[in-house]
Amino acid sequence: MSIAVETKQQVAEIGEKYKYGFVTDIEMDMAPRGLSEDTVHFISAKKGEPEWMLEWRLGAFKRWLTMKEPNWARVHYPKIDYQASYYYAAPKNTPLKQSLDEVDPKLLETYKKLGIPLHEQMALAGVAVDAVFDSVSVATTFKDKLNEAGVIFCPISEAIRDHPDLVKKYLGTVVPVTDNFFATLNAAVFSDGTFVYVPKGVRCPMELSTYFRINASETGQFERTLIIADEGSYVSYLEGCTAPKRDENQLHAAVVELIALDNAEIKYSTVQNWYPGDENGLGGIFNFVTKRGDCRGKKSKISWTQVETGSAITWKYPSCILRGDESVGEFYSIAIANNYQQADTGTKMIHLGANTRSRIISKGISAGKAQNTYRGLVSVYGKAKNARNYTQCDSLLIGGECGAHTVPYIESRNPTARIEHEATTSKIAEDQLFYCLQRGIPQDEAVSLIVNGFCREVLQQLPMEFAVEAQKLVGISLEGSVG
Amino acid sequence: MLDIKNLHVAVGGKEILKGLTLSLQPGQVHAIMGPNGSGKSTLSYVLAGRAGYDITEGSITYNGEDLSALKPEERAAKGVFLAMQYPVEIPGVTTMTFLKTALNAQRRARGEPDLDAIGVLKLVRAKAKTLNVSEEMLKRPLNVGFSGGEKKRLEILQMAVFEPKLAILDETDSGLDIDALRLVAEGVNALRDPSRAMLVITHYQRLLDYIVPDRIHVLAGGRIVAEGGKELALELEAKGYEHIVKVPA
Repeated sequence: MSIAVETKQQVAEIGEKYKYGFVTDIEMDMAPRGLSEDTVHFISAKKGEPEWMLEWRLGAFKRWLTMKEPNWARVHYPKIDYQASYYYAAPKNTPLKQSLDEVDPKLLETYKKLGIPLHEQMALAGVAVDAVFDSVSVATTFKDKLNEAGVIFCPISEAIRDHPDLVKKYLGTVVPVTDNFFATLNAAVFSDGTFVYVPKGVRCPMELSTYFRINASETGQFERTLIIADEGSYVSYLEGCTAPKRDENQLHAAVVELIALDNAEIKYSTVQNWYPGDENGLGGIFNFVTKRGDCRGKKSKISWTQVETGSAITWKYPSCILRGDESVGEFYSIAIANNYQQADTGTKMIHLGANTRSRIISKGISAGKAQNTYRGLVSVYGKAKNARNYTQCDSLLIGGECGAHTVPYIESRNPTARIEHEATTSKIAEDQLFYCLQRGIPQDEAVSLIVNGFCREVLQQLPMEFAVEAQKLVGISLEGSVG
Repeated sequence: MLDIKNLHVAVGGKEILKGLTLSLQPGQVHAIMGPNGSGKSTLSYVLAGRAGYDITEGSITYNGEDLSALKPEERAAKGVFLAMQYPVEIPGVTTMTFLKTALNAQRRARGEPDLDAIGVLKLVRAKAKTLNVSEEMLKRPLNVGFSGGEKKRLEILQMAVFEPKLAILDETDSGLDIDALRLVAEGVNALRDPSRAMLVITHYQRLLDYIVPDRIHVLAGGRIVAEGGKELALELEAKGYEHIVKVPA
């Protein structure tokens, strides 16, 4: 059989393989369909928020009404009807604080299917999970151990009530309310998310992890994450995402803000496996996410690592503002697009301080009819003397109908800056595949092996327990992509 | 073990092998010699099952089974191994990872349990020692930046690890200096076994000084044109292919 015919057949099958496409049947508490000031009031009231938070949301909503959806990214999708969605969905009968034992067993079953270690095994893995089920955090674990270290790790709704000073001081300071269409929408209607504060000089005793999952149909998920690493502290945060299979598109517009003060370090890792749509491009998540870190203090460091295998559309540019002198920003990315997926992702490194350094390693893999774009900005401001950037963008093509695009923007206003950009595009060579087959490695496993090799520099950045999962995911996302 | 009858093979519509017949028994080492373009590599690829090498006539029977009906990876699991003339590079995949993946894929296909990381490591280390393959080489990405000699040694190491029933060595001597050649040949000789058949494909006689074959077949124009014992190689070396081979047009 010719490669082209076989590819088509196998690609046709892959839509059936989304392993996480099950729906949990739980009664939901929902806001009325559509978006208005009433929706904002409804959400704020549901969360029992203080007045200042409601005002903040309403301000954002007013602003949003005047904004236009951005259209510069290399992605195409039907117009989103923002009035057709539900903006708040919470599992019913979920009082705010509860222990794990009180959680609906069906919910726990869902997590089990996802392979999230929510129980005792988590202690062994050393991971604390703040699980976001649609919009409300239902179970937060390991609080005690973190409390001992003085680390605050809780749903952001709780932080708004219990730590208003910290929230007020930092919320919206990295991604302003007015930042962009999707971030502003998020500011108006965010339902929950994660808050982390690591006090001065504390090395967070465990990896922190949140598992996002969109369950209810036609709901948008707008979570908001705020992480503050105070002077001399360190925290590593893991975020994993999946969503069930549905024919309609679902909107996901999250905002993540990171703040690193003097000598602090934040490591933020994401494995994103939202439902990518079927083999004809039907359904799938629209993922419009604003993630930004502010290296506010001197010698601070923020490192983003992302493995993006899901979503119908990915629009995401985790960025670093290198404000503090000698601060360091890193971006390690694997973006895989198969079938009709479209990914437009990259980073921005904004060098403001002197002797700031940034490093960008991007690995894009395209298969099927997918389009994969790296879009990145390296900007060196006038005061950023001796700023350094190294960028490496590698694209791998599988089959003849996909596309890879690299759009680097480089701006330098300081003559002492050194900026390097390297880019390659390659295909999985027939002789590489044959070599693997000859040694007994079946086709899909061979593709997975070769692609994992291609991504190795990035995979190495992930915490161990995540890296294994990510490697498997790379293989699953590309099953059947070569004939 | 291997029975090739009247094999015709076309590549891109052009007939390369034009009625090749060859038979190989367990424990035997046969050499295929021939000038450039005679179809030597085509034979090795068609035995391994590479896509694009179409059998238009004839048959290949391996242990009583129609080999051409099997996928390349199935052939590998059933003991067909091809040491390649140009081993490929796979960036980012360490040699050790590759060996483990391949070994376990073959074992799984045969219904055997996976060997764990430590088991593979022990096995590979033991075999690597005799072939002078260093620990450092095993940690490097497969064939990336390897010298010609290192690549060929690694091919033989894989043969030692996978323990195939039928090993085809395609121009294993090409690009090797005399010391590297001797080392590789010793590795191959150590793997000679009453249950294993080998097909050694080479352009030059010198490899056969080290790996002494039971029988030599001369391939030209897609057919076997001469056969004989090991002394045939010396005759070829002395008189050249043209003398023996009345090359068909």
